[in-house]
Amino acid sequence: MSTTLKLRADAATTAEGAVIHPHGTHADHDHGHHDEEVQSRLTLGFWLYLMSDCLIFAVLFATFGVLVNNTAGAPSGRELFDLRFVLGETMLLLTSSLTFGVAMLGLDKRGKSGQPGDARHVVRWLVLTFALGAAFVGMEIYEFRELLHEGAGPHRSAYLSAFFMLVGTHGLHVTAGLLWLTVMVHQIQVFGLDGTVRRKLACLSLFWHFLDLVWICVFTIVYLREFL
Amino acid sequence: MSTTGTHASEHAAHGSHGSLRSHLVGYALSVVLTLVSFGAVMGKLLPPSAALAIIVALCVAQLIVQLVFFLHLGPRKGQRGNSAIFACTVFLIAIVVSGSLWVMHNATLNMMPMQSIPAAR
Repeated sequence: MSTTLKLRADAATTAEGAVIHPHGTHADHDHGHHDEEVQSRLTLGFWLYLMSDCLIFAVLFATFGVLVNNTAGAPSGRELFDLRFVLGETMLLLTSSLTFGVAMLGLDKRGKSGQPGDARHVVRWLVLTFALGAAFVGMEIYEFRELLHEGAGPHRSAYLSAFFMLVGTHGLHVTAGLLWLTVMVHQIQVFGLDGTVRRKLACLSLFWHFLDLVWICVFTIVYLREFL
Repeated sequence: MSTTGTHASEHAAHGSHGSLRSHLVGYALSVVLTLVSFGAVMGKLLPPSAALAIIVALCVAQLIVQLVFFLHLGPRKGQRGNSAIFACTVFLIAIVVSGSLWVMHNATLNMMPMQSIPAAR
């Protein structure tokens, strides 16, 4: 099984990196579609994991929806949240999604030495993505600290428990993504952009964009809904 | 440059990771949708009866934009597998979320009011 995956990974590299295409211009026309197919097969397992992660968030959202009015005398979200702060967090995460996309474009470029993939381009944009993601996590930690400081911790009400659980789980995912980013930057520097590194980068890219999707639901349901 | 040449180079640049243009379009659309939702809520521009429906619609619109432009979901051959799996997941999410909300809403409505029990005695 793992041999097949390895072979497919190598096949993907050749397809993406071949300087002289064996099928000439004819196949070149179908290049994008073929790549996409190989790519989606390589990341199928990770996509399935992401879908199960989606279900975790669905359950947390359902819990939050059930408990949203159970404030038990504790301050409600309307008194606690600052929408301008949340807009700042949203912009950081959204921009980091774009910079990750730009980093992935470096895989299709040619490097200075004619090698497939421009490692310096990829690393530069991944570092920028890391900075934006870290700023997002920093803002979230600051927000949580302020809430705890005001005495609105997860122990105050069922609503606040559900809030900390949902937003905290998302924050932990982003933190895991940051860790994974540092590992990938290191791997690019050690191994270069080989098939395995490319596959892992494709998985991380899916993970990172997915976290942005979850955040869209968070800012709409958790934050904006409070101020209607 | 001939038209076919442009076409071919566009295809080559449009590898498995999308193109710069598709990422920028996705980003611009997302920023606009985000600003519209925040602006409408912060400026209190929404009619109270439909406010929730409007921001949820904006949320869903942005989810679709990002799924198409960033996660490359769609009906094309290489994307079909992931798209189908995602559709199944959305179905499960709809059952879990709407089911929980519906059941717990009914439970709240039918629960005996706790404070009035000692008073009734």
